[in-house]
Amino acid sequence: MSDVSVSNSLAVSRAGFTATPLKGGRRFALQGRKDTLEGAARAFGLSETPAMLKSAAAGDCTLLRLAPQELFIITGDAGLPEAVTTYLGTVPNSLVEVSERQIGWTLEGEKLRDTLAALSPLDMRERSFPVGMVTRTLFGKADGMVWRTDENTFHLEVWRSFGPYLSSMMDAAALDAAW
Amino acid sequence: MLLIRCPYCGERAEVEFSNGGEAHIDRPRDPMSLTDEEWAQFLYMRDNPKGLIAERWRHAHGCNRFFNAIRDTRTDRFVVTYEIGQPRPEVTPEQAAEAAR
Repeated sequence: MSDVSVSNSLAVSRAGFTATPLKGGRRFALQGRKDTLEGAARAFGLSETPAMLKSAAAGDCTLLRLAPQELFIITGDAGLPEAVTTYLGTVPNSLVEVSERQIGWTLEGEKLRDTLAALSPLDMRERSFPVGMVTRTLFGKADGMVWRTDENTFHLEVWRSFGPYLSSMMDAAALDAAW
Repeated sequence: MLLIRCPYCGERAEVEFSNGGEAHIDRPRDPMSLTDEEWAQFLYMRDNPKGLIAERWRHAHGCNRFFNAIRDTRTDRFVVTYEIGQPRPEVTPEQAAEAAR
């Protein structure tokens, strides 16, 4: 995600809720069979593929298991480690860089849960959405990916064209939640 | 809100899903050997039961996978969801009664 793609106007700041646009890093969508994902995870230095809807960190990369056949990979600006690209050159798979497609925010604040609840019907409480869980779902009418990085921090990504829509939705929801 | 249990992601809101039509319809192995009527039967003719139906569903705003589900068309209650490729599961009379409730 290049810095120019993230406009500061997409930031949201309300009492008890802030959404800070993410800067830097690259994104990859890897689809493949079970063994392929397993092999890719090992090339990252992990012992196994993250379980469904779970995430795993490997160096400056994060592997997010969004679907049985799909890993979403967030990397630093350097991209994928060479061991991974070398391995993926030897097996059938689909690896697509989607850095320019995604924009995202770090969500924080004590009104975070109320704000998210206005956007998505998912139960974001700790018991059903623990730290490390990730999933794609709908936010208002925009398809997005939400990942709980910490007890009080979420990482939200949507396709770039949904950015202004989602930031204004979050702004309105945060205003309601602060009431 | 209607919840649908995705076999991969668990229970999710109905808005995340899209319906993919009737399930368990196999494409004929050799279409050239079929009569027009048989081919039309495969292409167009579908059951329209008042009661339980096996359908394909896709978790379109989630894991993006197709799966099969048995649903009661009168009440919209889902009896069971299962992965593509598995045979249609047996529905007990109790399950059917619950779905029709």
